[in-house]
Amino acid sequence: MGFLRIEALTRTFPGVRNGNPTRALERTDLAVEDNDFITLLGPSGCGKSTLLRIVAGLDSPTTGRVLLDSQAVTRPGPDRGMVFQSYTLFPWLTVRENICFGSRATPEIADAYVQKVDLRGFENHYPKMLSGGMQQRTALARALANDPKILLLDEPFGALDNQTRALMQELLLGIWEADRKTVLFVTHDIDEAIFMSNRVAVMSARPGHIKAELKIDLPHPRHYRMKTSPEFSRYKAELTEHIRAESIKAAQMEH
Amino acid sequence: MEPLKPVSHRARIALGAGFFVLLLALWAALTFGGVIPPLFLKDPVYTLVTGYNLFAEFGFARDVGITVWRVVGGFVIAAIVGVPLGIAMGAYKPIEAFFEPFVSFARYLPASAFIPLLILWAGVGETQKLSVIFIGSVFQIVLMVAVIVGSTRRDLIEAAYTLGADSTAIVKRVMLPGAAPQIAETLRLVLGWAWTYVIVAELVGADSGIGHMIMDSQRLLDTGQMIFGIFCIGVIGLVSDLLFKWMNQRVYAWAF
Repeated sequence: MGFLRIEALTRTFPGVRNGNPTRALERTDLAVEDNDFITLLGPSGCGKSTLLRIVAGLDSPTTGRVLLDSQAVTRPGPDRGMVFQSYTLFPWLTVRENICFGSRATPEIADAYVQKVDLRGFENHYPKMLSGGMQQRTALARALANDPKILLLDEPFGALDNQTRALMQELLLGIWEADRKTVLFVTHDIDEAIFMSNRVAVMSARPGHIKAELKIDLPHPRHYRMKTSPEFSRYKAELTEHIRAESIKAAQMEH
Repeated sequence: MEPLKPVSHRARIALGAGFFVLLLALWAALTFGGVIPPLFLKDPVYTLVTGYNLFAEFGFARDVGITVWRVVGGFVIAAIVGVPLGIAMGAYKPIEAFFEPFVSFARYLPASAFIPLLILWAGVGETQKLSVIFIGSVFQIVLMVAVIVGSTRRDLIEAAYTLGADSTAIVKRVMLPGAAPQIAETLRLVLGWAWTYVIVAELVGADSGIGHMIMDSQRLLDTGQMIFGIFCIGVIGLVSDLLFKWMNQRVYAWAF
């Protein structure tokens, strides 16, 4: 069962100039329930972004398939909203126009999301006038205003400083607690993974596959002080062991 | 002076004007001082008086008008053909594969080399003048626009796809608006080149225009008139360039 089903997925990138092909993803299976918040956690280069891009339809699997609400994913579509690590606001559109870009967004919905992401007063600003955190908040509003079935987040706070990142986590979590949208979140930050999600899927070093899954039983609504609680620390200790082992493997592969 | 340290607006204007003052001073020194005989280079005062007479007695304004008309006409036709083709090539790789080798080849054909042929085909009328400018501009526009459109940020295209855009919307709503400021800058650049072609076109087989006047002055060995003609082209070029730049910065405020 599952709202989003990733079935026996593999991805091999062809070699460049007769070089050896790169196996980015080994057989990967994952099910995400409706309204769930799942994090893919893994060391850099483990294929977690590749997996997310395949779910988005921006890349194709070598074998296997992705089903969303029983429909096979073959191409990108408005049912899978995405926020990227890089700043992808359209620079020629204002904040409001960016949020209205999606085919299903209306001005009323856009205004509602401007409020939810605390951007009132900045509706008519161009992206270059905004800080990184504000740009990512706009990108989040843009994805949500299009009312996707699932929200795909590819390290959306990765380029932000620590303080802004913590605030963004709370903002996203608050929106999720209110709307319960299905979310697939990619990160390499263990604290972020525990704080945000209901379930963490740990990915191995390349070729990536899901090595372990950990259910996070912290109650909602979550408060930032939870990050220093004993339960949080236990989850962190467990995930750190997993990630450390994989990071060492990943580092050795580079030599 | 420190590398990349900005200068104030006032200092910038003063420095820019300073160069012209120095140039004028050098010119005056060389001519009034007798270093260069008047046969080769007339002095600034004589040149200015000649320029005034050109406008007052010889109807030079009409020549300037005709030349401007030719440049703008040929340039606009080249832009109408070149910009859409460049966009199509930048966006769709099969179209690029079809046209690119020819356009790259045609780009190196000097427009002035076509003048004898064009006179044969189109006579010495306006068609021939416009054709020279068209040939000189259109291939440059096509290639540069294709490169600009082709280098649209991939992550913006991907973001648009995940928001439900189809291929047509990608071109219309992402590639075009994203490329527009650079396309406008390219047109500004090519307009400058069009000015060099028009003079060449007017040096051969023309009975009006700034180039024609310069050619006539050569027969009379009037270096004052020749320099004044060249000076006029520079002024018109500078003004049109500033206008273009000002317009781009207004229309594409988000990019500047």
